[in-house]
Amino acid sequence: MTEATAPRPHLTDASEGMTYLDTASRRAVTVYVPLFLIMVVLIFPFYWMVLTAIKPDEQLIDLDTYNPFFVVNPTLKHINKLLFESNYPVWLWNTMYVSVLATALSLVASVLAAYAIVRIRYRGAQWVGAAIFLAYLVPPSILFIPLATIVQAYGLFDSPMALVLVYPTILIPFSTWLLMGYFKTIPYELEECALIDGASRMQILTKIILPLAVPGLISAGIFSLTLCWNEFIYALTFLSSTENKTVPVAIVSEFVDGDIYRWGSLMAGALLGSLPLVILYSFFVEHYVSAMTGAVKE
Amino acid sequence: MRGRAFRGAAVFVGAGGEPRPDRRRPGTSEMTENTAGRLAGADLHRPGFYDRLKINRNWLGFWFMLPAALILMLFLAYPLGKGFWLSFTDAKIGREGAWIGIENYEWLGLPWWDDADNVFWLSVFNTLLYTVVASILKFVIGLYLALLLNENLPFKALIRSIVLIPFVVPTVLSAIAFWWIFDSQFSIISWSLRHLGLLDHNINFLGDPNNARMSLIFANVWRGVPFIAITLLAGLQTVSPSLYEAATLDGANRWQNFRYVTFPILTPIIAVVMTFSVLLTFTDFQLVWAMTRGGPVNSTHLMATLSYQRAILAGNLGEGAAIAISMVPFLLVAIMISWFGLQRRKWQQGGQDD
Repeated sequence: MTEATAPRPHLTDASEGMTYLDTASRRAVTVYVPLFLIMVVLIFPFYWMVLTAIKPDEQLIDLDTYNPFFVVNPTLKHINKLLFESNYPVWLWNTMYVSVLATALSLVASVLAAYAIVRIRYRGAQWVGAAIFLAYLVPPSILFIPLATIVQAYGLFDSPMALVLVYPTILIPFSTWLLMGYFKTIPYELEECALIDGASRMQILTKIILPLAVPGLISAGIFSLTLCWNEFIYALTFLSSTENKTVPVAIVSEFVDGDIYRWGSLMAGALLGSLPLVILYSFFVEHYVSAMTGAVKE
Repeated sequence: MRGRAFRGAAVFVGAGGEPRPDRRRPGTSEMTENTAGRLAGADLHRPGFYDRLKINRNWLGFWFMLPAALILMLFLAYPLGKGFWLSFTDAKIGREGAWIGIENYEWLGLPWWDDADNVFWLSVFNTLLYTVVASILKFVIGLYLALLLNENLPFKALIRSIVLIPFVVPTVLSAIAFWWIFDSQFSIISWSLRHLGLLDHNINFLGDPNNARMSLIFANVWRGVPFIAITLLAGLQTVSPSLYEAATLDGANRWQNFRYVTFPILTPIIAVVMTFSVLLTFTDFQLVWAMTRGGPVNSTHLMATLSYQRAILAGNLGEGAAIAISMVPFLLVAIMISWFGLQRRKWQQGGQDD
């Protein structure tokens, strides 16, 4: 408690907690330096991805003449090659439309399910809620083999539609669970009023509940989109022809040859595949965080 | 908490634990049932079959659940059952399997059998090592980072957004970046260490079994830390500062503040987060597949990657399914832990919750 002798300019400010007990130098060592180091490690691979994507080939493999941490004469060659001489735009398009369709499908299903569990309270609703939580815990790694045979049997093999139908199994449990939490916070009195005024359940849902649950919908939607974009094992198993692949699968299977110059285009591909998500994320950080923490808290 | 308050309100309008609607008046909604219904009686409006479907609570619930239930039945419950069944057959790609009992599992054997499948047991060992080491590291670093982020920092929101970026970038794409960072010839880590004079040769990150395992664990920790840090941070922010002030007045030092104030309050959320983390790490596939594909010489195969290789690449669906199903007992243990973590959480909040 020797720090207590330090000046206490903020003593009256409750939000400051007990930081007035710390000296600046102590804070620097215990907070800023470790935080800075962790942040550098967390950010570095992304920096490295960007740097490699705009580096000319000769700088990539000549580490002695050029300092590898920086780039001289950056080039757009790799990105150009990717966009105009490969199937990359097709893969990006596949990823995007599979993600959007699967997210939309699972949002509709989750809204209905979450509302029914929380507010219609049909017989056994609690058990269904628990079952959906359990579905959340079933990992794709034990489902992809039987799913491959099922997708084959339904005639959906090598079709992006297979992914649109299968991804909701990951998204619905998560979104339902998240939306249940949001719906619970909406006052029941609003629904009572609407019921007295003669609204049907569907009208209550679309005209009262959904407008109030927009933040929850955005959270669930953004997070679902990210999960779809990120999904790998189903896409790897169900898709075989080049023009149907999604970005993660295509990057791993189409780019990997013995070429020593492949790194530039690989990193450009990884960068372009991540950017849409990162940009989307930067607009919706708060929703994103609430989706992450909400799913754990509820 | 709020949920309970509403449940109180819900009882007024006849929801929740109330007796089911009277069967002789099946079509009345809960509002009419409790207010107008009792006054006007059922004779004024006797709904037909179609109305009953629209208004009856259970039928309504059924219609609302239908889309989600269909998808989850067709693509989750059914495959799960079929996975179990496949593991007892000799199915191959393009050929329906015949029932062969536990033969697939017998081929996998037990680790002390002479004819056990060594590659499989190596993958079990790798999976456990990967899960245990990565989970502990993720927890320690994640908790530490959460505590750091909980300090009063300038640009707090910006820092938090940056911390989450590894979680947003698709795993495979960051795995590819790590593949390049761990390249045997052009690795930036080898280069830096050489130029600092700490090393005179390149490290063979992904070509040596133990180095490859460590590299994979590092990449997994890198990706997992932000999720744990941000969720724990959300838990930390609910801890009232007055608790720390009270403890400090009682003479607690920093460590005691953490050990006896922060940690007990955080325990329930830690239980849930770590269960998710363990589940995801244990069943991880994409990181390993993108970086090493199980190599060198099977030394980094996880159970998931091995089952993919045997089932999809080699075509032995039955054998692959048996490997995948072997993960289930481990997952059940993790889910049990989650269950007890949640139980404790309810107990701490002072009541039963759904």
